[in-house]
Parts: sequence; C-alpha cells; structure tokens
Amino acid sequence: MMKEKYLVNARILDPKNSMDENGGLIIDQNGKIKAVGKKVNSLNIPSDSEKIDLKNMILIPGLVDMRVFVGEPGFEYKENFRTLSNAALSGGVTTVVSMPNTHPVIDNVSMVDFLKRRGRDKSRINIFPAASLTKNVEGEHMTEFGLLKRKGIIAFTDGVKTVQNPQLMSRIMNFASQSKALIMQHAEDNILSQGGLINDGEISTRLGLQGIPALAERIIVERDLAFLEEYFCRYHISQISSEKTVSVIRNAKKEGKIFTAGVSINNLSLNENDIGDFKTFLKLSPPLRTENDRLSLIDGLNDGSIDVIVSDHKPEDEESKRLTFAKAATGAAGVETLLPLALELFHNNSVKLEKLIASMTSNPAKILEINKGSLDLGNDSDLCVLDIKKPWVVKKSDLKSKSKNTPIEDRKLQGQVIKTFVNGEIVFERN
Amino acid sequence: MAIIKKLKAVKINQNHLLGIQDLTISDISQILNEAKTFIGLNKSSSKKLDLLRGKTQINLFFEPSTRTQSSFELAGKRLGADVMSMNIVNSAIKKGETLIDTAMTLNAMHPDIIVVRHQDSGAPNLLSQKVNCAVINAGDGRREHPTQALLDALTIINRRGKIEGLKIAICGDILHSRVARSNIYLMNMLGAEINVVAPKTLLPHSIERLGVKVFTDMKKGLDKCDIVMMLRLQHERMQGSFVPSPREYYEYFGLTQDKLALAKKDALIMHPGPMNRGVEIDTNLADDINRSLIREQVELGVAVRMACLKLFCKNI
Repeated sequence: MMKEKYLVNARILDPKNSMDENGGLIIDQNGKIKAVGKKVNSLNIPSDSEKIDLKNMILIPGLVDMRVFVGEPGFEYKENFRTLSNAALSGGVTTVVSMPNTHPVIDNVSMVDFLKRRGRDKSRINIFPAASLTKNVEGEHMTEFGLLKRKGIIAFTDGVKTVQNPQLMSRIMNFASQSKALIMQHAEDNILSQGGLINDGEISTRLGLQGIPALAERIIVERDLAFLEEYFCRYHISQISSEKTVSVIRNAKKEGKIFTAGVSINNLSLNENDIGDFKTFLKLSPPLRTENDRLSLIDGLNDGSIDVIVSDHKPEDEESKRLTFAKAATGAAGVETLLPLALELFHNNSVKLEKLIASMTSNPAKILEINKGSLDLGNDSDLCVLDIKKPWVVKKSDLKSKSKNTPIEDRKLQGQVIKTFVNGEIVFERN
Repeated sequence: MAIIKKLKAVKINQNHLLGIQDLTISDISQILNEAKTFIGLNKSSSKKLDLLRGKTQINLFFEPSTRTQSSFELAGKRLGADVMSMNIVNSAIKKGETLIDTAMTLNAMHPDIIVVRHQDSGAPNLLSQKVNCAVINAGDGRREHPTQALLDALTIINRRGKIEGLKIAICGDILHSRVARSNIYLMNMLGAEINVVAPKTLLPHSIERLGVKVFTDMKKGLDKCDIVMMLRLQHERMQGSFVPSPREYYEYFGLTQDKLALAKKDALIMHPGPMNRGVEIDTNLADDINRSLIREQVELGVAVRMACLKLFCKNI
C-alpha cells in the first residue's frame, strides 16, 4: 500500500465537474482520488503522507485518446505496447482506445485476452482495445458484438476502413442497437476516394496527385445518419475533415439526432499546404484539407458539433514512408504531441482551454462510458500536470514512440506535460 | 577577366530539372538558347560532339516510353556521353526493391546524370534527394514533363519568333496530363494567354488557379487561337469512365477542320504524341504539313534534351 499523496499549489481544471480553481488533490492509499479542489492546501498535511508541490502548474485528468494504433500483434517493429505506453505518458495520455487493424485483426474473443494480457504486462496506460465491426475488417460479416462486449470490448470500428455495404451497415446498426455496442465509423466512400492521396483541390492539381473529394466523407456520414433514424444505436464518427461534413453534423444535431463526432488534431492544426514538396509524413486519412476546412473544424469544436479530439496516432517505420507519395504508408505518430499541439489552439485564441481539455478527457470518457477523464472522487488517480507556458520545439529524436513519423517536426509549441500519474503513481516526469 | 568569365559562364540556378515550376525565366531562356545551337547540328551529317565525353547518363524509365526515351538517348550520345538505358521490366524494382534503393545502387556507379520517368508524381524529387548527380525529370505521374514543355516552346518560337502575346489552347485530357501542367506553367511564364478545353470530368480541381481560362465548349475555347495543343486520352491512367465513348468525345472534343476554322487562319497544331487518330484529332489534320508541328516537335525535342543534359550535367 502506498502513502497518501498531497498534490498542492495547482490550478485544478476538471471540465466534467466544471472545476477551475487553485487548490490541490489528495490521492489515497489505493491510488484513488480522495479529495480535490481549493480545500486541499499545504496546511495540515499528515506527516506520514507525501507532499508534491505542483508550483502553480495546471492539473487535469489524464487524457483519453479514442484513436490510437499499436503494432501488436503483427507490426511490433512500428510500435509495441511498451513504446506506446512511454509515448502516451510523456504526452499526458493515460487511456487509449487501440484500433483493431493489427495482424491478425482484433475480431474475436481470443484476441481480446491476448491484448489485455500484453497491455497489462507491458504498459502503464489503460488500454481499451476496440474490436472490428466486420470479420478481418473485410466489410462482409459482422463480428460478435455481444460476446466481445462481454469480454470487455467497449467500442467497435473497422479503424482505417469504412463499412461500404449499406445493407451490412444498416444491419450492424440495427444489431448494435440491441447490444448497446458503440459503433465508430471512419467515414470514407472507397469508390469516390479510390486512388486518392490528398485533398482534391489546387494543391492536388499542382502536385499531380489524385484528389480525395470531401464528398467521399460526407456521403458516408449522411448515409449513416439516415440509418440512425431507423436503427438508433450508439454511433460515433471517428474523425471528420471538411467544412461540408461539419455542417451536415451541425444540422443533424440541431434536428435532435443523438450521435457524436471526433476530429484528429492533425486536421485541426495543419492544412494541405503543409504537404509542401511531397512530405509523406503528412499523408493522412482523412487528408489534410484547406485552411477554410480547418477553420470550420474549429468552429465545429466550439459549437459542440464535434465532441472529441483524437491523436489518430499511427506509427509508421521509416521504410514505409521513404517512398513516393503514392506508395508511402498513410498516417502520423502523434499521441505524445496531442496535448501540446492542441494547446496551440488555446494560445492562438481559437478554443477555450476548458473546451479543449474536455474534448480530450470527459467527452471521450462519456462516449466510451468509462470512469476516466475526470477528477470524480473515488476515480483512479490518472492525472496530468501541465506547464502551459513552457516553449519547446518538436524533435523527432526526442520522441518516445518507436516510429518517428511526426507531421510537426521542428514545430515550436508552447505547453508541455511535466508529470503524469496513473493509479496515483508517478509514471512520467520531465525535468 | 574574372568578371567576363562570370558573365560568360552558363549557370542554371537549379541542380536538377524536376519541373518548370522550379525554373526562373533566366533558366528557361538559357535552355532555349542553348537548344537553338543544336538544331543545325542535328540536321547535319556529322552529329557527334564531345561536350559530355567521359560523362555517364542513366535513363531510368519506369513507364513505357518510345519518343522521350529515344530522344534522351540520342541527345546524350550526340553530346558524347556514355548512355545506359535501364530496362525496369527486368530489374530489381520488380523484385521489390524500393526507388531509393535503386537510386543508391545506381548512385554508387557514379553517374553524372539520371533521366527518370516514373508513374508516381514526385518520384524524381525523391530521387534527387538521394543521389549525388543531376536528375532530369522525363515525366512523373500527372505532375510535370518539363522537357516536353520546353521543346513545345522551342517549336513555337522557331515558327512564330516568340511566345509572348500568343493565344494557346490546350485541349483534351487535362486531368491526367503532366504535359498540360508543364505547358501551363511555361507558357504563362513566357507571356502567352492560355485556354484549356476539356469535358468537365477531365479537368483537375481548381485548374483556373494555374492561370488559365477554362472552356468546355471547344469552339469557344479555340476562338482566335494561334496554337492548338491536343492531348491524348490517357486510358491507362483512367479509373472508370470519364467520357461516354470515343465517338462522343471526338464529336465534341476531337480536333476537326470545322472546329479549327474558329482558331486563327494560320493556327498551328501540336501534339505531344502518341496520337489517337480519330479520337482526339482528325487524321488528315495530324498529317497536314502546313498546320501540324507534330514532327517538328519530335525533331526539336532532341535539341532541347541536348541543352538540358549539357546545362544540368555537373562539373562541366
């Protein structure tokens, strides 16, 4: 049993409980949150407990990242549970939902046991594996939602793939409505985006790369929202990229439809111009789009059309990126830069701090129906201590992820994670 | 003395010829002026120079090509270089080697210049980052085909004396065409007015942002044009159906006598080849020696490529 810990002299920010005040937090002997807020101060700390002075830094719940790829099993050379854990913790992320696009695919009960065991043995973060919606993510047969859910699977998605077949998708949503499974869709019409590499626009014309029209995303979102009227289930759009989709979602929510949507930090912080001279690290799915699209995603986040920000952490080894743009792998590493990059939106007055933190803590936790992402009393003490002012520069060589495919190499950021706690223990500390 | 040398020294601002977009007006005029000096030589009975003697030129063609590859090969040989053309069909690339590994292997043989054609846009850029010699783009994906545009410019200048002020129509499959893109950049820089003419399905997104006027009615697009550049329908790059049929395409976008009549009386016809007779161009027009520059384009292509090889070959 550990000593009680008194974390004092912090600005406590807990969006779920609308708390933003100077104070402290007590971690009990079991690593749970015992008390939080302005009542907790340096006075009257029992002698047998540990005092940690946070020196006026910000204390927030550990981040919940709903979209992370890990290479286990099958692609351990890209990322394993240990390296993912180190990367996540250095970015204040204490809980992740891992995507099922591994080899083999996470589509059956026996794979879940393997993942849970590996995750527990090799990592310090909370890993909630998502299982695939369809067997082997082939889009033909649905997986065993009920049995998988009983094994502890909290979300279902084909990850990088979209269920194309409308009949199957309607049945998935119909079936999921009875088993209360959370369905997360990557929205992209395969035929419209076939051969596409970047946003369809002036840049794609200049670079001679085939474009992915924004319509490829919108058409799947509209289709699924139509199904949702008939088959009401827990439905989440993993990540959106365009102005058109934001307005479809905004209108649907206005009409009273209940569903949620996410956005990748990449689409909020970068645009198609950043691709420059064929930078394959910026080959992403959904693709980076125009500055106008980026700004409307920020609007969507601010008005509640978009609920969560994800890192879309997709580690890719150098060999899969040192190819022509057409042949290079898609995706960017980002779990450890999620929070600092998101803070850019706070520093440039695009999004309020509380909104930003909520979209990476309480909002995803609520969608996933897990007791994470808040400072509720009795919760596991998964915490992140943040120096919001600290300037630093992103360097590939400093990244903890096994793959170094960051899309923001050399970017100057402000704000860095100083300490990360999981279950009341300090699992990461930056000097 | 030093100053005179400096002035005389022909120096291109770039190490590689990756695209027209990277060139300055001064680069372009140097290439075209240099090319002019080779036109006469190519017509003479003794065509061999020793400007590139001892230099090694590798032609790396990942896509089938007849005219561009032979043009580069001949250009190198006429300048005295040792020219090697790689047959990719039988090479390690087919055995899974990456472009970069191939580049490193070739680089170890110390070539002075690599001429590359690749189906992926940006491949020559990637290659140029990994080798120690000059890279010349002989066409990458849909992006650029700089020597084609340069030879088109030389052909026009040869006939009309200049490009500035001319009205040029580029017609056909603009979407898949690197020739169209390079020509749009180059002719714009040289002061031409450019119309692009194509069915909407074969126009790339935001093409007007490249500084062209867009027409879907060929008759309007050809109105008072000095030059009509026809492009081939690139079936091999097409996924699915873009036009209803070759017959319908020819009816609306094929170059015929009656459509050409709307251009200037002395308008000239160009085509980068290979042609689909009866699909994008009337067969008699293609062969009309008074109107068609198609053979001249091929002829001057060798001169332009000689100029590029000479100017970009390092250590001259």
